[in-house]
Amino acid sequence: MTSAAVAMPDTNSTEFSEYVAFRTAGQDFCFDIMKVREIRGWTEATVLPHAPSYVLGVINLRGSVVPIVDLAARLGLPTTEPHDRHVIIIAVVNTQIIGLLVEAVSDILGVSEEMVQSTPDVASETTKAFISGVIPKDEKMIRLIDIERILPQNDLES
Amino acid sequence: MTLKVLAVDDSLTIRELLRSCLVNAGFDVDVAVDGVDGLEKLPAACPDVVITDINMPRMNGFEFIDALRGGENPTSVPILVLTTESAAELKQKARDAGATGWIVKPFDETKLVSAIRRVANYAA
Amino acid sequence: MSTNDIRETFFLECEDLLEALEEGLQDINDQSADGAVDSECINAVFRAVHSIKGGAGAFKLDELVHFAHTFETVLDEVRNGKLLPDSDVMGVFFRANDRLVDLVNAARDEEPVDPADNAAIEAELNKYAPAEEEEVDAGDYTPMGLSFDFELPDLDDLDLGPAKTQIGYEIHFRPFDQLYGNGNDAAHLIRALSELGVVTAEVDTSGLPAFETMRATGACLSWKITLMTDESEHVVLDVFDFVDGLCELTVDPIYEEADTPVDDDGDTGAGEELEMADFPEDDAPEATAAAPDLPMASAVEPADAAEPRSAAKQESGQAAAKTTKATIRVDLERVDRLINVVGELVINQAMLSQCAKEAGVGSGTEIAAGLDEFKQLSREIQESVMAIRAQPVKSLFQRMSRIVREASHATGKTVKLITQGEATEVDKTVIERLADPLTHMIRNAVDHGLEKTEKRLENGKDKVGHVTLTAAHRSGRVFIEVSDDGAGINRERVLQIGIEKGIVDPSADLSDTEIDNLIFAPGFSTASEISDLSGRGVGMDVVKSSIQSLGGRVTINSTPGKGSVFTISLPLTLAVMEGMVVQVAGQTMIVPLTAIVETLRPEREEIHMLGTGDEVVSVRGMFLPVVDLAASFGYRSAQPYTSSQVLLLVNTDDDHTYALTVDAIHDQRQVVIKGLKENYGDLTGIAAATILGDGRIALIIDTDAIYEQNTAQPTLMTYQPNAMGASQ
Repeated sequence: MTSAAVAMPDTNSTEFSEYVAFRTAGQDFCFDIMKVREIRGWTEATVLPHAPSYVLGVINLRGSVVPIVDLAARLGLPTTEPHDRHVIIIAVVNTQIIGLLVEAVSDILGVSEEMVQSTPDVASETTKAFISGVIPKDEKMIRLIDIERILPQNDLES
Repeated sequence: MTLKVLAVDDSLTIRELLRSCLVNAGFDVDVAVDGVDGLEKLPAACPDVVITDINMPRMNGFEFIDALRGGENPTSVPILVLTTESAAELKQKARDAGATGWIVKPFDETKLVSAIRRVANYAA
Repeated sequence: MSTNDIRETFFLECEDLLEALEEGLQDINDQSADGAVDSECINAVFRAVHSIKGGAGAFKLDELVHFAHTFETVLDEVRNGKLLPDSDVMGVFFRANDRLVDLVNAARDEEPVDPADNAAIEAELNKYAPAEEEEVDAGDYTPMGLSFDFELPDLDDLDLGPAKTQIGYEIHFRPFDQLYGNGNDAAHLIRALSELGVVTAEVDTSGLPAFETMRATGACLSWKITLMTDESEHVVLDVFDFVDGLCELTVDPIYEEADTPVDDDGDTGAGEELEMADFPEDDAPEATAAAPDLPMASAVEPADAAEPRSAAKQESGQAAAKTTKATIRVDLERVDRLINVVGELVINQAMLSQCAKEAGVGSGTEIAAGLDEFKQLSREIQESVMAIRAQPVKSLFQRMSRIVREASHATGKTVKLITQGEATEVDKTVIERLADPLTHMIRNAVDHGLEKTEKRLENGKDKVGHVTLTAAHRSGRVFIEVSDDGAGINRERVLQIGIEKGIVDPSADLSDTEIDNLIFAPGFSTASEISDLSGRGVGMDVVKSSIQSLGGRVTINSTPGKGSVFTISLPLTLAVMEGMVVQVAGQTMIVPLTAIVETLRPEREEIHMLGTGDEVVSVRGMFLPVVDLAASFGYRSAQPYTSSQVLLLVNTDDDHTYALTVDAIHDQRQVVIKGLKENYGDLTGIAAATILGDGRIALIIDTDAIYEQNTAQPTLMTYQPNAMGASQ
């Protein structure tokens, strides 16, 4: 729903969607709050062998095995050293559950479709692949994440 | 007074269809899976109308009707036979067996209910 | 129940009916070979098809109805003894059965059916159908048309109506005894007439005998009824359809000029009707009840009905025993929810025990005893819940008989499928996911395993090839065997293909078992010789991997000239397993207990270097490769074995034994299997995950994959030659 909305910034709709905003590696990001199941503190993950470096491992979320992705590392930014004050955003993408390690959740944004600007043309392919748009907010720029691209498998396929 | 119907059919689908239609029509419904089961349930069900399939394991419809009409405690409860054929000889066979009438499958609710009303004792 | 629910019920019931049909046909086939066929068996088959037709009609599944009707008509010929179920007939029945399965599935999935696909098999069936009836029946049994004998509401609009001048009917009606005996009632008929128009009824009591000669069962009254209506005559006659032949009936039209009282007498007419109706209503039922010897009692037994009836009675005891086992249908989702919750319970119990231990609760205390009991109960609950999901493999095996039929048809080989252990129960998911690999194996057995008929005769074998499908429980696992009495694996040819396809190094010296196992190698699809039948784009490597994904293994045992045996071994359930809890580079991991042969703590001297860093261990004179698990998983770089570590001797599917180095062994316990696939994906060397007592996740090791990954396999060059891990 988000990507479609971003592709048509001139739509007349003034409907607001809520986005959860967070910081990691010194940058601000957000994605659709409807995809967030819960936010929890960092817990030690069980390491997965042969997994990409941004996959920190798996944790037990009430009986489900949930992989944890270091979002900064996934986006090609400096890796996050997991710390107790960091948080994991548990997101449901399609039928998959995934945890994103970020530094801190900062805000819940009400965003209308017109507010989302397309990603400025930059050189980094990684940026273009994962950022589906940007939203201006109090002098800051919030990057809208294409959460489906974050899934580890999609990396393997692409 | 609510009309009570005992529906005897070995097919779960048909039983559920009958039950669904008849309950919708405001009848009380009991079901049995074959003739033997039907005979067992008859005293408790005390139906105003019996609907029975013909092809059933253990005791088929004709044997069931025979047991109802003959046997030690013959009853004149109206019996409707469920049949997939409307052939004249089948009707004759049903009549000969002692059936009150018949319902040709597939039935719809209106036809089913009107058949039951036709043979049942009820205040018009 | 909504119509949709009932529709679902219908398709569920169809599964049972189709199973009964297949089983019944198989029985008839077996019995007809020996001579006499049990009539109840034929009845059961007939009923199955008949019930499918009946249900299908209710949901307007016309294709299905039509086909089932054609099938049923021919089955009826067998039932009536007019058609002998010889092998030709049975062949047609089996094909019709297969087509019926397809039609049911298509109807369920709401997929369109090409009627042309039915044509061939229908033509075959019709060869055996009674000539004159066929047309009549097919016409007669249309789901829309003559489905009911009463007045059809639609007919009101059709205006087949009477001539303008006609205003009603004069009906003379004299019931016979049996009209009441059958539960009909003159009063009801008059009431039905009154729904068509205004009725005036005059009762004629002249037939009443003198009181002393009156018979209790006698029907003595007759009626003259005037019905003022513009309904057509057949609508009026339809009212008497049930009692046709059970009464004297004349229906004559009344025309306008006829001197008939209409409205004025309407009221009194109705009053009269009620009054008269009262009499037979009170009289008739008692009359019939009092008569033990009704005339119709004899009429109910026409000569042709007598035989199946006695047969049915003979069987009734047996049938009763079959039906007494009560079952309920439960939504699978509910069962799975229960299984999940029970899984949580088991984990929770483990956590609780661990907490108690950490808190210093002694083993002799009441708390410890209570916890032990809790553990026991949890296990029992878990086993009971698992049993809910268990199903006999029978349905799966039945599907395979169709595959054999199709394969034998396609290859022109005569094949007999023998099934054993059909009652063996396996998890429902396993059964479902076994269908594809098993299908492929069965096709292979017929297509490649069995020789051509001429060849068999040449070699002094029975003309009929045998494929045997066996299921059994052994040591906590399920074993399913597909064996054939064919030529066995042509090792020369297989090796040649392996070399041609670059799967095997030409210089490799392979054992027979290794050659046999080549057929499971990826890329070994003997496309050049594969017929249309089994060469459908999947090779045995797919079979192997789908069985592995179920936690199973498949092995071959082939004897030249005698045939091949493929053995699938599967876990009883996909939800729990016995595992050994080990420590690997600080990570807690689980090794499946079934794979572990023994554990060793060898001295450093028993470990020998081989080449540039590989180690082997000497166990009772055998040198076995040693795999450093931590290094294999990339947790650290390879280290030589130290005596503080432990070796697990592990056996693979292909019967290779090797040693896994772990840092420590903690425990042996039952673990609840959690999939990694749903949220992550496949990981080489990892079979699944589980949750430990402390709430953390432990990975369950796939010992076969570790072996393949870590041992140089010169014979199988396509098996990731560079995936040696750091241990090399």
